[in-house]
Amino acid sequence: MDKIKKEKIVFTIIRIISFSSVVFLLTLLGFIFYKGFSVINWQFLTDIPRNGFTEGGIFPSIVGTVYLIIGTMIFAVPVGILAGIYLAEYAKENRFKNLLRVSINVLAGVPSIVFGLFGLAIFVKRMHLGVSIISGSLTLGILVLPTIIQATIEAIKSVPDTFREASYGVGATKWQTVYHISLKTAISGIFTGIIISIGRAAGEAAPILFTAATFYTRGLPTSIFDKVMALPYIIYGLITEGTFPDKQVPIAYGASVVLLIIVLLFSTVGIIIRLRVRRRKSW
Amino acid sequence: MVKVEVKDLKVWLGKNFVIKGINLEILENSVTSIIGPSGCGKSTFLRSINRMNDLISDANIEGEIMIDDKNIYDPDVNVFDLRRKVGMVFQKPNPFPKSIYENIAYGLKIHGTKDRNKIDEIVEKSLRDANLWDEVKDKLFENAFALSGGQQQRLCIARAIAIKPEVILMDEPASALDPIATNSLERLIVELRKNYTIVIVTHNIQQAARVSEYTAFLYLGELVEFNKTEKIFTMPKDKKTEEYVSGRFS
Ligand SMILES: Nc1ncnc2c1ncn2[C@@H]1O[C@H](COP(=O)(O)OP(=O)(O)O)[C@@H](O)[C@H]1O
Ligand SMILES: [Mg+2]
Repeated sequence: MDKIKKEKIVFTIIRIISFSSVVFLLTLLGFIFYKGFSVINWQFLTDIPRNGFTEGGIFPSIVGTVYLIIGTMIFAVPVGILAGIYLAEYAKENRFKNLLRVSINVLAGVPSIVFGLFGLAIFVKRMHLGVSIISGSLTLGILVLPTIIQATIEAIKSVPDTFREASYGVGATKWQTVYHISLKTAISGIFTGIIISIGRAAGEAAPILFTAATFYTRGLPTSIFDKVMALPYIIYGLITEGTFPDKQVPIAYGASVVLLIIVLLFSTVGIIIRLRVRRRKSW
Repeated sequence: MVKVEVKDLKVWLGKNFVIKGINLEILENSVTSIIGPSGCGKSTFLRSINRMNDLISDANIEGEIMIDDKNIYDPDVNVFDLRRKVGMVFQKPNPFPKSIYENIAYGLKIHGTKDRNKIDEIVEKSLRDANLWDEVKDKLFENAFALSGGQQQRLCIARAIAIKPEVILMDEPASALDPIATNSLERLIVELRKNYTIVIVTHNIQQAARVSEYTAFLYLGELVEFNKTEKIFTMPKDKKTEEYVSGRFS
């Protein structure tokens, strides 16, 4: 067989594989939407669960997921950005910094259930925060922290040094340069990282399993020390422990659709911002 | 009057002994060129005058640089005030990724100017002084990267003069520009010398001849010859200088 023929075959295989991944994604989305769309209506989105989650809606879980997202971001965004700034602009190249870098990479790859166990041991038990929004937010916060730190570092590193030089050249201090030049230039890259982590925080069930979520509550949470219903968790609950599967499974699919839409919405916004920034970048 | 007096300046960058004891006097309201082959330490010398070398973590500096009879390496010198007094224009135009207006307002703001009218006024004045106003007055709030290279470099000069420096350092400011942009930049430099003391590094010997009154020839970190520009070009004392300015340098 000659070279060109071989190449053609390899390319065809690659093309089929990449095409099938698109097909797979579309099938998945189609399947979830097909199964879940029929139950989605105004009541489903705005009502509380009724009759042991066989009727009514999933409103409290949507609210719970939103609360968890907000809580997660309150912890993770400032800490992540500050840590990223520190590592990108201030930390000297030495063993300690390398250790930090490696730890962050490792942390990014730790399975989410392990974060759940950690949250249970530290926030729920040791710090006596109980199974609550705050415990769940802290746990999810740690889960997404590496993503935000890495996004911040990458975005700041991509700011050319000539900008910093220009800033020092007019007499700016280090902090002024970091704040007005590095950070402001990098902000959209950082923002993209934050958006991606929001998607992640919204969708994960394992980290909130023992730290924040509950299958059923009366009404909405009134304080950060309350348990919450959350979309990924009720999906899990309805599928595995439902006693009336024929009524509850469709609700689980409906909740999946809502969760998917929330996550897709966030990641789409993230992708759009990233594309726009890439186009605007002129240096 | 002497504005900048360099006394036995020695600079090490890491293990490299880059500036090997330079003595030089730079006169007020004049243009002084620094010429010499690539790698001889021109940039390093220039960056000693506003202490940009401080940013290199393993830089070591000995000797004194007196500006208005004050050694800028004295421990009580505030380096940020120094850089306000000694502005800098870089080799490649490096405007901030901000609007034209913001590029100039930046230096004012970080030094505490808040009054919007005052900032407007200085932005206009600086752009006029940099011969750029007419070209950009209708697009002050557009991104500076939309400007041509030559315009960007004049914007960088406007940014430097906005904070009222007394000395302006330029490190091969025309090396990234086409001949027409270079020409307008050189005319600008000649105009600026009325109000500023200018030190310009250039690898273009003709440029040194066109814009400067004094020329220093550096070779391997040492000052080989320093004199009025026309003397350097017509009656160089040192053989190396003669070879360099006549383009017979190997
Ligand atoms: N950060 C640095 N660390 C070590 N050596 C450096 C550094 N920057 C420049 N040098 C060395 O210093 C010498 C002079 O550099 P430079 O001042 O940039 O020369 P020029 O501007 O005349 O081309 C060169 O040999 C260069 O390799
Ligand atoms: Mg140089």
